[in-house]
Amino acid sequence: MILLALLVLLQTAPTPPGEDPVAPYAMSDANVGGGPFKGVAMLEAFHGVAGIDRIVDDLVKTSQADPRIGDIFKGQDMVRLRRTLKEQFCVLLNGGCSYTGRDMATAHKDLGIQAKDMNALVENLQGAMRHEGVTFPAQNAFLAKLAVMKSNVVTH
Amino acid sequence: MVSKRCQMIRIPLSTVAGCIAKVAVATAVMTTTPAAAREGRAGGKLMLTNGVTTIEGSSGGGISTWALIAGNETVDGIGGSAHVSVILLPDYRWESHGAAIGVHDRLELSYARQNLDTRDVGATLGIGRGYTLNQDVFGAKLRVAGDAVYGSPYLPQIAIGMQYKRSSDPQIVAAVGGRHTSGTDLYVAATKLLLRQSILLGTTIRYTKANQNGLLGFGGDRGANRRVQIESTLGYQISRQLVVGGEYRSKPDNLGFATENDWKTVYAAYAISKNLTATAALVDLGSIATAERQRGGFLSLQTAF
Repeated sequence: MILLALLVLLQTAPTPPGEDPVAPYAMSDANVGGGPFKGVAMLEAFHGVAGIDRIVDDLVKTSQADPRIGDIFKGQDMVRLRRTLKEQFCVLLNGGCSYTGRDMATAHKDLGIQAKDMNALVENLQGAMRHEGVTFPAQNAFLAKLAVMKSNVVTH
Repeated sequence: MVSKRCQMIRIPLSTVAGCIAKVAVATAVMTTTPAAAREGRAGGKLMLTNGVTTIEGSSGGGISTWALIAGNETVDGIGGSAHVSVILLPDYRWESHGAAIGVHDRLELSYARQNLDTRDVGATLGIGRGYTLNQDVFGAKLRVAGDAVYGSPYLPQIAIGMQYKRSSDPQIVAAVGGRHTSGTDLYVAATKLLLRQSILLGTTIRYTKANQNGLLGFGGDRGANRRVQIESTLGYQISRQLVVGGEYRSKPDNLGFATENDWKTVYAAYAISKNLTATAALVDLGSIATAERQRGGFLSLQTAF
């Protein structure tokens, strides 16, 4: 009975086109690792879902080309990363999305991420938000949501 | 937390001390094992999160010491910094220079040399026009908990530290009524950047008997013992590179010959690059060795790697 419930919970969603299959896991918005902002002010500051998409594309592109952290992304499913990152940012910014990715600890397990890597990613994200024209106070407010996740991301 | 961990590793909770010892061992194992696999790397701190070197050589906000550790290193590396600062006052020129090492964003070892040019006050006090008071400050600071940027917004970075100060002018210290030419300040500091609000908050509790930072010795006719003093800072992060704010630092008042006042500043710290930070401040250092209303400008350059 418990096994059956677990099986239902660990539904294997069909692998989206262009992505590699991942081990089954329980899908939940709670996996984003933080509660969303209230209201629409933050979503507007990020220029809506379209702005979030541009920021994530910029962030991923810059980080892949970044000599400090580019190697971490080699051999990773970048199509999936881009999609789940957009979902995560959208959920946190209260943009009306669902998060289908794994929780932060599982997603970053065995990547060997060090403090310097996380700071480099933060800098790239700051650059992407700046390119999008997100105001600095809104950038910081969003970083506050990510800052609490550090212990699940930086494992080395 | 402790009892939970003890249950987790199935240790009978016979004594609290035994449990704490076992948790300490477990923690040591947990922290040393991944460290062995860790790659040592230089640099990596976010801009401005190494602070601005104080005139006492420790990492902080110019005049008050913060819980931040000097250098650009993260927990995986060793970094360092060097600074030159000058405070231009109506009757004095107060200069400080020095260097610091940051080890794994955990331990800070610092040295600063302070020179106070007394200019005309030197003549008034009978020590000679332009007589310069000097002292050396050796500091050590240990981050004991928290992170100034990451983690819970309710847990600041907390550090404990000490500063051993030694005046180079024993005769003058004695002449003004200072009891000792050297002394040690002890402090605990808490610092947090509240990202949600872009506000930087910090406070330091210092246990000291230093007169004018130690340049006029330690303890005096009006007070021989260390007393608790408070340093506070409130800042606002305008951009990745710019923080503006104010600081307040309470001071002992141990010498009968001259009143010593609390210090106040309004500052702007600008990261020109990851390796260079410039700070400018308006300071009010109150009365210094009979010269009243010492209000002026503070300028500092700090390089860090």
